[in-house]
Amino acid sequence: MSIPENLMYTAEHEWVAIEGGVASVGITDFAQQALGDVVYVSVPAAGTEVTAGEPCGEVESTKSVSDIYSPVDGEVLESNPEIDDDPGLVNTDPYGAGWLLKIRLSDDAEPAGLLTAEEYTALTKEAE
Amino acid sequence: MTTPDPAKPRDTPLRGVHDRLGASMTDFAGWLMPLRYHSETAEHRAVRTAAGLFDLSHMGEISVRGPGAAAALDYALVGELSAVPPGRARYTMICAADGGILDDLIVYRLAAEEFLVVANAANTGVVLAALTERAAGHDAGVTDQTDGYALIAIQGPAAAGILGPLASVRLDGVRYYASQPATVAGRDILLARTGYTGEDGFELFTGPADAEHVWSALAAAGAGAGLVPAGLAARDTLRLEAGMPLYGNELGPDITPFDAGLGRVVKLGKAGDFVGRDALAAAAAAAPRRVLVGLLGGTRRVPRHGYPVLWDGQRCGEVTSGAPSPTLGVPIAMAYLEPAAARAAETAADGLAVDVRGRAEPARLTPLPFYHRTSSRT
Repeated sequence: MSIPENLMYTAEHEWVAIEGGVASVGITDFAQQALGDVVYVSVPAAGTEVTAGEPCGEVESTKSVSDIYSPVDGEVLESNPEIDDDPGLVNTDPYGAGWLLKIRLSDDAEPAGLLTAEEYTALTKEAE
Repeated sequence: MTTPDPAKPRDTPLRGVHDRLGASMTDFAGWLMPLRYHSETAEHRAVRTAAGLFDLSHMGEISVRGPGAAAALDYALVGELSAVPPGRARYTMICAADGGILDDLIVYRLAAEEFLVVANAANTGVVLAALTERAAGHDAGVTDQTDGYALIAIQGPAAAGILGPLASVRLDGVRYYASQPATVAGRDILLARTGYTGEDGFELFTGPADAEHVWSALAAAGAGAGLVPAGLAARDTLRLEAGMPLYGNELGPDITPFDAGLGRVVKLGKAGDFVGRDALAAAAAAAPRRVLVGLLGGTRRVPRHGYPVLWDGQRCGEVTSGAPSPTLGVPIAMAYLEPAAARAAETAADGLAVDVRGRAEPARLTPLPFYHRTSSRT
């Protein structure tokens, strides 16, 4: 199970990469394994205001649906244009081509409540 | 002897195989079962184009034997088991006195006085108790043989070609819904041409100690033909495409065979009383109170179990099962509708929708099954 060291994580199994005030967001390898084959992703359009901890989309798989929770406060800059035609990217490359959202942070401070790779690893071990 | 921990699911005889294959396991009806090995969509597609190998050892097997076995089953079940020739099987149901379904079953007649009743894992206890009670007064013994069997299914257009060289009998002599003793990979099994996928295929009832050997032999024989192990997730999408009901979704104690469009399994013409006769005769004569329909989803959001079905914005029914269909490429669902809405939806191009988590997604009626296999049955 892959948990890249250079990313931050949430307890809802999203990953976050912050650079220049923009957070890139997706779901983790743990999440995509639990979901199974992803058939549809619904993410908010560019310009949507999102709030940390609030649901902001859905990932639907063969057997289930999970909410995506925004890890940060901000405004959606863009969503992955490939994901509509090829939702399976979330399974095959969750940290790369399967990214879901880019969000401009509403505030320069480091967002609260994010987990390090080590903390997220511990969390996934408890969940098993 | 250790006491089983009631909280822990039971292993099937193929647990070691699933672990070596890296299966994602799930607790299903108290059994630890493979949900998927890698991708349930790939497993589903393999069954439709080549073949899949399934561990179904969680299913219940109940033996009913004796001079009165046929009469006992004619009384206990809605079907006419006495009319089934030895070597043949029937899909049937066991109902309560009010006509509600306790389980759907496949019953194999192994000999004049010997039947094997295969029940859903979750209902094995209920079926065993009901059969035992209903067989009282007949010269027949009812025994739970679930622990004496493992069950392996090989399903798909390539199944016969893979199994054939390993089997002691010619498979083209085994008709659909027939069964016979055979050896496979040198082990004694009961071979049945039955399945729950809508494809040609076989179900192999083996002794638990032979299960790994038979599985491995099939896996090796099928490796070049595209055979893959397939889990319960694929099993569910395959049966849904084939329009086959699932107990707990389309069938239940408040549903009669007639509600489910399966009145054909109720043999009101058979001699003698049977449990549920009066209620089922009344249901047969009455106007339908609900209709089981097939739906195609108009968007990619999937109608799922329990979601309301809407006609012109008004609730008219409920989804019983739904999933993305790998073969059709759109979401498919089965649902119970009020008869008037089902009739109206048949003739109107739009108006039908499913409330998918607060948003109405368009849907349209489609005849069941969603998928027919193209090859002819022997």
